Amino acid sequence: MNFTRRKVSFLFALMAMIGVLLILINPAYAQDETPGTPTDNEVNAIAKQLYCPVCENIPLDVCPTQACAEWRELIRLKLSEGWDEGQIKQYFVEQYGARVLSSPPASGFNWLVYIIPAVGILIGIFLLYKAFQSLRAPLKVDEEDDLPEVDDDYVARLEDELRNR
Amino acid sequence: MIIDLGYGALVIAFLVSLYGIFAAIYGEWKKKAAWVESARLAMLLTFPLITISAASLIYALANGHYELEYVASVTSNSMPLYLKVTALWGGQAGSLVFWSWLLSLFTTAVTLRKWDRDREFLPWVIVVSLVTLTFFLILVIFVENPFARLWQLPSGQVVETMVAPAGAQVFLRADGRGLNPLLRHPGMVIHPPMLYLGFVAFVVPFAFAIAALVTNRADDRWIRITRRWTLVAWLFLSLGLVLGGRWAYDVLGWGGYWGWDPVEIAAFMPWLTGTAFLHSVMIQEKRGMMKHWNMVLIILTYSLVIFGTFLTRSGVLSSVHSFAQSAIGPLFFAFIAITFIVSLSLLISRWDSLKSKGQMTSLLSREALFMYNNLLFMGILVVCFWGVIFPLISELVTGQKITVGPPFYERATAPQFAGLLLLMGVAPLAAWRHSTFKTLGRAAWKPTLVSLLVPVIVIIGGLRQPAAILGFWLAAFVVCVTLYEFWRGAMARHRRAGESLPVALWRLAGRNRRRYGGYIIHLGVVLMAIGIIGIEVFQSETQGTLAQGESLTIQGYTVTFESLNVFDTSEGRNVARAVVNVEKDGRNLGELYPRRDYYYEAQQPMTIPGVRSTMEDDLYVLLVDWEPISTQGATFKIYHNPLVNWLWLGGIVFILGTLVAAWPNKDKEAVRSRVSRPRYAATKA
Repeated sequence: MNFTRRKVSFLFALMAMIGVLLILINPAYAQDETPGTPTDNEVNAIAKQLYCPVCENIPLDVCPTQACAEWRELIRLKLSEGWDEGQIKQYFVEQYGARVLSSPPASGFNWLVYIIPAVGILIGIFLLYKAFQSLRAPLKVDEEDDLPEVDDDYVARLEDELRNR
Repeated sequence: MIIDLGYGALVIAFLVSLYGIFAAIYGEWKKKAAWVESARLAMLLTFPLITISAASLIYALANGHYELEYVASVTSNSMPLYLKVTALWGGQAGSLVFWSWLLSLFTTAVTLRKWDRDREFLPWVIVVSLVTLTFFLILVIFVENPFARLWQLPSGQVVETMVAPAGAQVFLRADGRGLNPLLRHPGMVIHPPMLYLGFVAFVVPFAFAIAALVTNRADDRWIRITRRWTLVAWLFLSLGLVLGGRWAYDVLGWGGYWGWDPVEIAAFMPWLTGTAFLHSVMIQEKRGMMKHWNMVLIILTYSLVIFGTFLTRSGVLSSVHSFAQSAIGPLFFAFIAITFIVSLSLLISRWDSLKSKGQMTSLLSREALFMYNNLLFMGILVVCFWGVIFPLISELVTGQKITVGPPFYERATAPQFAGLLLLMGVAPLAAWRHSTFKTLGRAAWKPTLVSLLVPVIVIIGGLRQPAAILGFWLAAFVVCVTLYEFWRGAMARHRRAGESLPVALWRLAGRNRRRYGGYIIHLGVVLMAIGIIGIEVFQSETQGTLAQGESLTIQGYTVTFESLNVFDTSEGRNVARAVVNVEKDGRNLGELYPRRDYYYEAQQPMTIPGVRSTMEDDLYVLLVDWEPISTQGATFKIYHNPLVNWLWLGGIVFILGTLVAAWPNKDKEAVRSRVSRPRYAATKA
């Protein structure tokens, strides 16, 4: 029994660690950005990371309004002046606020947006752990040595499940 | 006249609903079956009444009754009839009428079932259904009335009321403003009804759950009664989501199908809890466990259904301040809060009686794996919920608006979706009650071995992205396990009963449609996952301004600008239509016609892509801009979307699987087993 509980504890601790790591680790989706001739593709590479400052939830690269077309031209202008991606994004943030970024900056109050989901998942794992604390040792019959042939076992189980649908 | 009839029918439906609630509670309190029966008939009556109301509104929409503000805001003379009819759900007030009509349709269908053996549930199912319906009728009658007319006062001022102000005359317009151009798409004709059907159908299992709590029935009867209702709700919600994705792909002109927009997420959240519920109820049915959790899930699903409607209707998404100014926002908020608190209080009051005797006996049993599955669904829900409401909280606390966009959701949910795929592969191999690594390994090694061929092949083929390789392996693993399950079951029947393999397969699936329908759903999910991996990992794009005869290239395709025409149409559109020629590896593939429509009435542009679609990829060409006078030059944006059509194919398989799972079984006795005789029926007798 103690051994089983230890196994459960270990499994949940492992799950908790993996869960937090998966949430916090930022996959390397970042694209290569090289300043140079401001082609449409270079403009869009930055514009797609910014949101239209006046529309609701529309990335700047696909926003069809005239205002957004002008903002894309502004990005082109800044690129031609030698600004890099970070500087341009910072410029837009200063002009229009943090809402132009596709994700909130990880600072101040905004930290909560990243922390709360991880905390929620940890709480879920803890609740699952509590549910498994009452784990009861199974009957000996299904331990390895007594296992029937896989197909026979499968047929019996299938029949049982089909009966009790 | 017809307008007054429509409004009058709504008011009567509201009064009938109130009476039904009262009669059901009184009948149950005094144990007078006649009152409960009267409440049942009242609930039945709501459907024809709201049908009259909806039909009146459709008549007004189709016949250009522009004296109604709602009609003027969503229709115009130039719109075709089918769009005028579907404008019923094109605006807020009409969509609330439509919501109410669908809800009355479902509650009527519930009312018509045989109640002999579950009579004790009836009054409470009526109460919950009618309380929900009454809330929506209150919104329609008192706050967002689609039948309100425009009146011109003697001073010249135009006001919108139901009753004529003193000395006022009906304000007649020659034409309306027309439907939002984005909604003038066949996908939008079907998408909202499917979504609404999914939403309202979840009211039924919730009503039975509350009835079970009130009557203190701790068995799984409510789950068995509502099993098919839940599947139907889930089917429509899934269909609504898939159609919404297709609409976005065809109409929104950004090369994708899902943008993690709050409105999309609002519909996705009840789907998440509904899916978790569909898995979790199996644990209660098989093992008598998870009774509390199933109640929590159905309460959450109901609350999220209302919350989803609230999010999209209250104005809260644009700003917390517009929520405060919105007439229906605070009412929605209060309704969600009250129903959630009452439901949870009821659950807590029945906590002890819902305690199960069953215990977990293995970390790898089917029920344990379903619990991990539930954990992941809840994890994704937390991410979605928090991502949607955090901008509102941030605006309230800091006064600053922020955006929580796709990078946040993708980063936080991708590992959890991968975990769900893994569980989808492992769970069918696990036995109920007890599984060990050894028994699972014995069952899993063959499909695992076969599935490993896929990553080997894609790596040899040059694929290097770890996320894509993992995703393709998981997809292959689920497919192999699912097909292996079909194979093993059919072979077992073939050996035992001597049936031919196709017959064995058919009869096997027929004996438990939920199980094998579920496996087909899993196959659909895998196909969708392949499409999602394709577009998320391998999508590429390019943009450029071309003179006639010039080309852009992307992933082996050459797109050449040939011509551009700009013209007006009879229904009030200005259309700029480009002709581009597509070649691949020197082979001519034909022409595409990307265009930009500008709707004069709505003053809104709409970008319609030209798409060349195959199972391998989509070439998605957008007309971004053009030289207005000469039309000799134009700017195009081109997306290359690999495998995206697997997503739509998966959607179809997914829906087919749900239909199989929801199809009624011939053998009803099996479903009715393990049912105790209800006490209310005895009282009535």
